[in-house]
Amino acid sequence: MSVHAGSGDRLPSGTRDVLPDEMRELRAMTDRIRGVFERAGYGEVHTPALEYERQPDAAAAWPMPAYRLFDEHGNVLVLRSDMTVPIARLVATRYASAPVPLRFSYVAHAYRSVAPKRGQSREFLQAGIELIGERAPRGSAEALTVLCESLLAAGLRDFRIGLGDATVYPALLASHGIGPDRAQRILTQLAAGNFVGVASELREARLGAQDEKLLLRVPRTRGGPEVLEHTGTPLREATAGLRDLYGLLAPAIAERVVFDLGLVRNLSYYTGAVFRAYDPAHGVPIGGGGQYDDLLAQFGRPLPAVGFGLAVELLHAALMGEERGRG
Amino acid sequence: MADLRIAVPRGALFAETLELLDRIGIDTAEVRANGRKLLFQEAGIVTMRPADVPTYVEAGAADLGITGRDVLLEHPDRDVHELLDLGFGRCVMVLASEAGEDRAADAMRRLGVVRIATKYPRVAAGFFNSTGRQAEIVEVKGSVELAPLTGLADAIVDLTATGTTLRENNLVVREEIAVCTARLIANPASDTLKAAEIDALLGRLDGL
Repeated sequence: MSVHAGSGDRLPSGTRDVLPDEMRELRAMTDRIRGVFERAGYGEVHTPALEYERQPDAAAAWPMPAYRLFDEHGNVLVLRSDMTVPIARLVATRYASAPVPLRFSYVAHAYRSVAPKRGQSREFLQAGIELIGERAPRGSAEALTVLCESLLAAGLRDFRIGLGDATVYPALLASHGIGPDRAQRILTQLAAGNFVGVASELREARLGAQDEKLLLRVPRTRGGPEVLEHTGTPLREATAGLRDLYGLLAPAIAERVVFDLGLVRNLSYYTGAVFRAYDPAHGVPIGGGGQYDDLLAQFGRPLPAVGFGLAVELLHAALMGEERGRG
Repeated sequence: MADLRIAVPRGALFAETLELLDRIGIDTAEVRANGRKLLFQEAGIVTMRPADVPTYVEAGAADLGITGRDVLLEHPDRDVHELLDLGFGRCVMVLASEAGEDRAADAMRRLGVVRIATKYPRVAAGFFNSTGRQAEIVEVKGSVELAPLTGLADAIVDLTATGTTLRENNLVVREEIAVCTARLIANPASDTLKAAEIDALLGRLDGL
């Protein structure tokens, strides 16, 4: 007998009630994060939880949408699965000719079809910013700075930021003569963290032994700024953008950064720097973001952009983990 | 105390896993001497049922783990990094049915659907889906070989190393689904935050 939603289930899978003890802590944390956003010049916006599944003229796809429904005219609606797409729409419509850069923040729920595990819900609270119209590397440096300040304000002490570049590895694959089909398969394996799969695809590509070794080594390159220095010429050129970005960071931000050239976030809209926030007290990433220079153009206002989102409930769990660790 | 915590499966891969860890300089003597203890702080080892290894690694309760590819295939949504094919523990995931006329093929031809007993429902369903065939999957917890002999199912999807158990139960392999070996997996956050320690361990494995 299969168990479906029905008489026995009181709440849809992956959703929950929040009671006062937790709510107080969440509220205190988001208030401190809001303060950081506000001081950095990011005005808070609210957008509807319900959006059209397809935006006119926009190819932008909602990442992992969990819920689709119909309105009375038969239009397909989705419960938003992130805040980046709504803010891109908002900028293109309500700020169509406003001078840039534009700075927006949000603390809002989004909905994704994740299998509930370690603190991940289908309805989750995100706190984040979008910086529109500021070019890399300055835009990414500002976003990383606000990200670190937000995590500090939340109360975390031991967090680190994984920093990669979504263009480095694809460019390296192309320059080694790997065709688009195989490159796509390799990137899919990489996004899934399957390095055994990456290795077997590279073996089948029949490159020279040197090239195969390089292409295996690059996505395993993680560590401090020195890992970008002791690399061969092709990689040094490919990571010039990352080194420029690193050079713009204040020491207190830079020391939080761990370069990770294997970091390719599975959202397809990233076009440059990508980052992910970790805390040693919590086994899963608590947030992330990156540069997305092509998304705004899909809504009719081509502008470079960068942003991040923090999963507030995961942040809360990581904070509790750190406090327990301190005893 | 060790800087990395490794999840080690008690089961078919246990002996070879400990041997491998010994060879890269992790002392497993205490693990071998203790059949019941589960957590070995000094060596940085936790032991558990094989199917639990990806669960611990995904949550960060262990930084690394050793598990069979069969377990990873059955749980494709686990967010872990698959770092290395360790090569040992080679098995094949197969479709097998009773010797003689293939009852599974007969059911497929006449009924358009075949009943499959397995401990790997997702692998089995995925295999039949990917080959465009309809299958009714019956999940059992052990002794899968019993299912076709008693009429519970037409065939089984299971892991076989030498084929001995299949032969003893008068079953023959009809199709091969996947080759499975032991894999080294990592927690994604540990893989970044403890990159130096993990790379050092990978280097020692590479040097064998």
